[in-house]
Amino acid sequence: MDLNLSDEQRLLRESVDRFIAETYDADHRRRSAGDPLGFSPAIWKQFADLGWLALPIAEEYGGLGAGSVETGIVMEAFGRGLVTEPYLATVIIGAGLISECGSEAQKQAMLPKVADGSLHLAFAHSERAARFDLAHVDTVATKTADGWRLDGKKIAVIDGRAAGQIIVSARVADNNGAAGKLCLFLMPAGTQGITPRDYARLGGGRACNLDLANVQLPANALLGDGSDALPRIEAVVDRALAALGSEAVGIMQIMFDMTLEYTKVRQQFGRPLSANQVIRHRLADMAMHCDEARSIALRAAVMADAEPVARGRAASGAKAKIGKSARFVAEQSVQLHGAMGVTEELDIGSYFKRLLAFDTLFGGSAHHYRRHAALGGRTPPHA
Amino acid sequence: MDLTFSPQERAFESEVRDFIAQNLTPEMKRATALTPSVFSDPDIGMAWQRALHKQGWGAPGWPVEHGGPDWTPAQRWIFEAECARAGTPNVNVMGVKMVGPVIIGFGSPEQKNFYLPRILSGEDYWCQGYSEPGSGSDLASLKTRAVRDGDDYIINGTKIWTTHAHHANRMFALVRTNDTERKQDGISFILIDMKSPGITTRPILTIGGDHEVNQVFFDDVRVPVANRVGEEGKGWTYGKYLLEFERGSGIASAKLRDALKTVADLAESDATGRAIDDPDIAVRMSEIEVDIDTLEMTELRVLSALQTGQNPGAVSSLLKLRVSEIRQAVTRLGVEVIGNDGLYVEPMRPLYRLNEAPGIPEEMLPVVPEYLNGRAYTIFGGSSEIQRDIVAKMVLGL
Repeated sequence: MDLNLSDEQRLLRESVDRFIAETYDADHRRRSAGDPLGFSPAIWKQFADLGWLALPIAEEYGGLGAGSVETGIVMEAFGRGLVTEPYLATVIIGAGLISECGSEAQKQAMLPKVADGSLHLAFAHSERAARFDLAHVDTVATKTADGWRLDGKKIAVIDGRAAGQIIVSARVADNNGAAGKLCLFLMPAGTQGITPRDYARLGGGRACNLDLANVQLPANALLGDGSDALPRIEAVVDRALAALGSEAVGIMQIMFDMTLEYTKVRQQFGRPLSANQVIRHRLADMAMHCDEARSIALRAAVMADAEPVARGRAASGAKAKIGKSARFVAEQSVQLHGAMGVTEELDIGSYFKRLLAFDTLFGGSAHHYRRHAALGGRTPPHA
Repeated sequence: MDLTFSPQERAFESEVRDFIAQNLTPEMKRATALTPSVFSDPDIGMAWQRALHKQGWGAPGWPVEHGGPDWTPAQRWIFEAECARAGTPNVNVMGVKMVGPVIIGFGSPEQKNFYLPRILSGEDYWCQGYSEPGSGSDLASLKTRAVRDGDDYIINGTKIWTTHAHHANRMFALVRTNDTERKQDGISFILIDMKSPGITTRPILTIGGDHEVNQVFFDDVRVPVANRVGEEGKGWTYGKYLLEFERGSGIASAKLRDALKTVADLAESDATGRAIDDPDIAVRMSEIEVDIDTLEMTELRVLSALQTGQNPGAVSSLLKLRVSEIRQAVTRLGVEVIGNDGLYVEPMRPLYRLNEAPGIPEEMLPVVPEYLNGRAYTIFGGSSEIQRDIVAKMVLGL
């Protein structure tokens, strides 16, 4: 039992903290927001040079073989900087799915390119009717003479525009046309039949909706051996939940630090705001929520490779709990900044929006408490 | 970074399990489950303390020279967790965990030699004389006065909310020995024999129907000056040390997990019509479970820091707030889970020695009293409002 950082982990934290502090400020964020990709390719190259893109990738594919604790350290610092580079979409989810499901050839072809920064990935999975049910996919893959045909509509594809390869989930139609196993397909950017609708994402970065109509893919577009991918999608999404939790912790902490500082400086009625007990107690509660979020995010990271039920409960528990805590810290940060808190003139609003996006991604607190209860055998699944 | 214990720690865990299996009688276990107040009655609690003492485990936090077992922080964690899981009696903490460390830290050699062995063995039973009718959260305003008369102090005044004063043969108390400008500077820490002439104890019944706390009156009570711990006027410092000692060694998640399991077992039983099938109850149980997971991680973060000799820092002062709130959430859910059977009132105590079979399943008896008594968790030991003041001042530097 040891929750102290190792020397390597401490060095990683120092290096990513330093990079974020030196590189990311409001000006940088405005420039990134103006980039059509929503981030800076030059910075992405620096991430690659620093080894951060290689972190969770296995060593035989040019990676460093690190785990969710390490990616959590990176994500927490990214939260503080409101980083928009597509680390989640490419490194955590995209490379995660290829590592979990891909054939040897597919891993050899793509993972080293993720590690060296030359390939971006995205995951097209969510659909309007599914809400946050990972098993609910209506997009259909039909076997053709020389490959596959995909038809369906995907939404909220994070950083889809930047991706060289989009990983699409679809139900494979059997001979009678009925939907069967859930499989993943590699769809190169610009494939005919894709109608993308790209948009600026709440809280920074970009996302898109994809309409797929008669998209023709070769036979080797199927990721892996064609067995049902749902358990592996769940494993990767649980890791994404842990990573997002760490990012949220970084955002919550900086919002709290900024708010604490502001209440000391802002004078009303001839004394600082923080002299008032109602404000002091609010700040004490915010500090507690930040610390609780830190604990439960760490738990999700440490449990990210546990057996599926324990892993899923840790991930959903963390998503639910951090969602609740983040909402409190974010809303109170705006509240305590007064009218300035609802303007675009302070950073508080940017952080606020990123936490709102965090809460939405992969489902909010209510959804994840229900999943936690269901995995614990308390309620039937999908209650 | 990992959450698993080493082979040596696993071996220690089996040792603790074996000890519990051999020493925790079914009567003790049942009595503990059916006790809706904070501490077990002395017949149950002290029987367990004697068993622990015989094993050399009577005072886990004490230094070896005074009879501590020399455990690592991880061993203490494992011990507490195993005890909670098994449902061992809740030994009154006033002796081993509260006055003991103060005597060890500031007592004279004579006081150490006399009191410490008697705490370990359970021969002495302690209560705490801090709060007064006019001094609750503002403890330093206390007025119980000790006036010097030769080799004695003469004590007059009253203490209140004194847990188990009706069982205790000794009290440690904060008394005013001086009227100083800063009221904290006139307070001394004193050890009182509860058999002394002039002491009377009045029971106070709490809303759960339990007699756990009392008011204690002092009328010209003579206490030898030799019973003062440390210097005159330094009592406030010693009293605060005691609270910090408690905070640093807080392991609460295991007990809360056990309490939630009791509620979950009721919710899954036919006796409650399977309350768990109500999705709202199932989800709220998950919410509390995640809160306990969070608390456990925070405790383990503190433990990890302690293991490597680091100062865990501010984290531990946030714990008391959450522990008391989670405890209340568990007891509130318990009341909802038992539904209509929560209307049944059992006035007799102890619940494990009733003359007649109760009108509801026995395991439901403590549920409502635990909720009612449990409202005190956010009040005693510094109310939640005071805790937030402390966090603002000590943690946030406001």
